[in-house]
Parts: sequence; C-alpha cells; structure tokens
Amino acid sequence: MGIIVQNISKSYNKIKAIDAISFEVKEGELFGLIGPDGAGKTTIFRILTTLLLANEGSASVAGFDVVKDYKAIRNSVGYMPGKFSLYQDLSVEENLKFFATIFGTTIEENYDLIKDIYIQIEPFKARRAGALSGGMKQKLALCCALIHKPKVLFLDEPTTGVDPVSRKEFWEMLKRLQEKGLTILVSTPYMDEAELCDRIALIQKGSILKIDKPANIIKDYHRIIYDVKAKNRHQLILDLKNYPSQYSVFAFGEYIHYIDKNENFSATDLDNYLRQNQHSEIEIRVTNPTIEDVFMDL
Amino acid sequence: MNKEKIIQVHNLTKQFGSFTAVNSISFDVYKGEIFGFLGANGAGKTTAMKMLIGISKPTSGEALVAGFDVKSNTEMVKRSIGYMSQKFSMYDDLTIKENITFFGGIYGLSRIQIKEKTAQLVEELGLEDAIGKLVGSLPLGWKQKLSFSVALLHEPKIVFLDEPTGGVDPITRRQFWEMIYAEANKGTTIFVTTHYMDEAEYCDRVSIMVEGVIEALDSPKNLKSKYNVVSMNDVFLKLARNVE
Repeated sequence: MGIIVQNISKSYNKIKAIDAISFEVKEGELFGLIGPDGAGKTTIFRILTTLLLANEGSASVAGFDVVKDYKAIRNSVGYMPGKFSLYQDLSVEENLKFFATIFGTTIEENYDLIKDIYIQIEPFKARRAGALSGGMKQKLALCCALIHKPKVLFLDEPTTGVDPVSRKEFWEMLKRLQEKGLTILVSTPYMDEAELCDRIALIQKGSILKIDKPANIIKDYHRIIYDVKAKNRHQLILDLKNYPSQYSVFAFGEYIHYIDKNENFSATDLDNYLRQNQHSEIEIRVTNPTIEDVFMDL
Repeated sequence: MNKEKIIQVHNLTKQFGSFTAVNSISFDVYKGEIFGFLGANGAGKTTAMKMLIGISKPTSGEALVAGFDVKSNTEMVKRSIGYMSQKFSMYDDLTIKENITFFGGIYGLSRIQIKEKTAQLVEELGLEDAIGKLVGSLPLGWKQKLSFSVALLHEPKIVFLDEPTGGVDPITRRQFWEMIYAEANKGTTIFVTTHYMDEAEYCDRVSIMVEGVIEALDSPKNLKSKYNVVSMNDVFLKLARNVE
C-alpha cells in the first residue's frame, strides 16, 4: 500500500524527462530518490501527486491509481515541492490554518503529528512566511504538508540550500515521522543524506541506475579508492590527472579520491611520481567508498 | 601565499530596526586566497556579503574591498569585483553569446574585448556548439560554470560566489572547484559561501558566522584540530547547533 511505479515515461515536447521508470516503496518505508538537478526527480513527484499525467506506464499511491483515483490521492498524500509553496504574505499561523481549512480539518485536530516541528517555529507564528530564514520556512512547509494527516509524504529536495545544522534536524524529524507510520518518498542532491534512507534509487538523465539499501550499494562497489593528499592541492589534482594509469580523480573534502585502472597498482610508484613532481607532505592510503563515489562512477 | 590584504573588514555592523543582522565583524582576506564564508541560514552571511559588494550600506564600521571604501566608493568597489549567485546569474531567455555580450557591455568592455573574451570563454568551456542556445535550456551545472566565467569577464580582483554549487551534480561540482582553483592560482581572490562542508575543506581559510558574529576563522586544518573533530561538517555542527 505504499507506492508502486511501473514503466512510467514522460516527455516534454521531444525531450524525455523520465524513461520507463519502475520502483516500489513499501508501506512505512523511507525511500530516497538520489540524483542531480535535471535527473527527472520532480517529474516523478508531479506524476505521483497527480499534478502531471505520464505518457506511458501506471502508478499507484496508497492503493489508489494516479489517474483514476486522483481525488483520493490528493486527500491522502502530503507534498512539499522543491520551490516553497507557502504564501509569502501570510503569517506562519495563517499559512498553516489555510492548508488545514483546504483539507477540511483544523490545526487542533492533527496537532499531534506536527507538534514536534511546530513548536520550533511557534515563537515566530505572527511573522510573514516571506520573512523567515530558510530553515524555518522548511519547517513550516513540512507542517503544512502534514496538517491533514497524510499516509504518504512526498518531499522534493527539502534540504537544498539549507545549512548542515538544519539539514541534520530535518532528517531527525523525518525519522520520527516514519516511526509514526508514514511512508516517505524524498529526493535530494546531497549524497550524505542518501545513507539515511532505508532504500534509495540512484537516478540520472531520466533513468534509474540502481535501487538498493545504501549499505548494499556501497558493498557492491568493486573499485579500490585511495585517499591522496599533498601540500598543494590544485597541483596535486592536475598531476594525478596526468598519471598514466589514472581512472578517476575527484576532490573529496580533505583528500583527493584517486582510482587507478590497474589491479596491480602500486602506491609506492604513485608516491615516487608525486615526489618527482615536487610534491611534499604526501599521504596515500586506501579508503572506504561512499554513495557519492558510487554515483560518480555510474 | 601573498600576504597583501585585498579585503579589510573592521567592526562592520548592519542593523534593521532593532535587529542586528551583522554584529561588529572584523577580518581580512588576502590576495589570491580562497576564503570560505560559512554560516547557518539566517546567520547574517548574505547581509555581510551585500555590504562587501557595495549594495547595502553598513550601519557602522568599515570595510575596504580592493582598497575602496564600501561606504563612500561603491562604484569602484563594483568595478573591482565579480559576483555570481545561484539565484541570479544570467538571463534565461538570452543565448549564451547574448549573455556574454550583455554582461561584457555592463562591465564596460569594448566590442573587440568582448569578441576576444567570448572566443576565449567558449573555447575554455567547450561550448562551440552551444553558443546560440538559450541559457535557460542549459543544465544547471553548465549554467553555473558559464556564469562563473561571465563574472570574471572584466578580470576582477575579487570574485564573490554565493552558493555557486547548490543542487549541482557531484562531478560538475568538482569541475567547478577546479575552475576556482585555477582562477585563484592566477591571483584572483575567491570569496565563497556554500552549504557543502566538503567544499569548506577546499578553502584556504574559512569563517563561520553564528547569529551575526564570526564565531571562528582559520584554516580547515586548524579548525578541525581546535575543535578536536575529523571533518568540517563536525566543526560546523559544533558551532552552529542550537541556534535559531
């Protein structure tokens, strides 16, 4: 009774936004759509929330068909679009009241579900939504999406442009909502958030590249990644890219993630090469892959 | 690194009514440095940055940007800097070429200079086949790389980047940073905000703003050792927790 998507395709004019996508989200699951801008994530959300018709394929949400039963779906899902859907000129409290009224309910009736989140923005309840900081706007939008007690929650890039502290708090809220029985489909361009989902679909250019638990996706990755560090980072990137057997070179926080084409790669050889190129304070060591590494190699 | 100070900020303050958005911040940025300007949403980063680029008048305090006073010499400040943000970079319904021509004109470049710059930029970014395309039809990552180049058209001493990589895919994000490195290597100073903490590690120094003040300022390495954590993400969480 979660979400079932079967061979959904959608084109805009001649451009295919999504191409024969299929996946299932189990009831009570926290499922992530992970992919960059333009991957087709928003199109999927709009089809599942009945705001857009697919060209091909079928889908159901909470047991309802997205075409035939669109009215039932609208009553049983909450949707937080990527661009804030709040009324900028209404206050925090007015926005919440407005959404409650539209769904024929009241703030009091479902207060339990939003309480944890709402008390954080309640001190600002008279402030116009347009004057809230990014973190607070996001919390208000989540409250508005929850006020009619939906069974399934759709969150399209809820944390884009949000600072790390607010992002962390937001994911803690999602976990608590999941514990209350909600099925959650969330999209994000932040690869570190992928690891917080039960299962994820890696999506790029309208196709799903992989669906699994984050830990399995990492486990299945077969290449060896080396952390490389030296004093001059920019020159290090350039020199690693010129190393004859390099497979990929990507900056990764404090280190550079280096992958070699050869199975019999020797770290000593690379170390010598870097020394010859006047590098100092060189460190080379094997490291664990992350979802981001896997994603960049798809 | 060259120790010439290119940005000097002293007790810079901005108040909106009774609310102090930026509370007496002081710091210097050196020539050719990649300076990361971090903080939670609402900490005052954007307000501070607006004062530094000459579009918002400080309530009190001083700032010199490329040697010019941000209060009294805003025109010269604007000529010395480049600026790009995620929200506004280029005009979607103009082509790549038209955008370059337009911004080149705004920056006071001659027709010949614009022609040269266009050719150079198109070659560097490999946009030969896309030059006549509308900017609105480009993928976000392309747009951001292009608008970074456009912000550098007039060869500014400092370029301000406001969340340049938000929502951009992981590979393009790294290519973008390679462009930043290359530009900093030429001596251009980079002043950048980001919410990606792995990118904070790529900066020479970072400052972290909390509720209008600069709570910490140092190299990523020193900050991590000072707060006894392994990543900039942890530094950030330690400093900015329990705010708002």
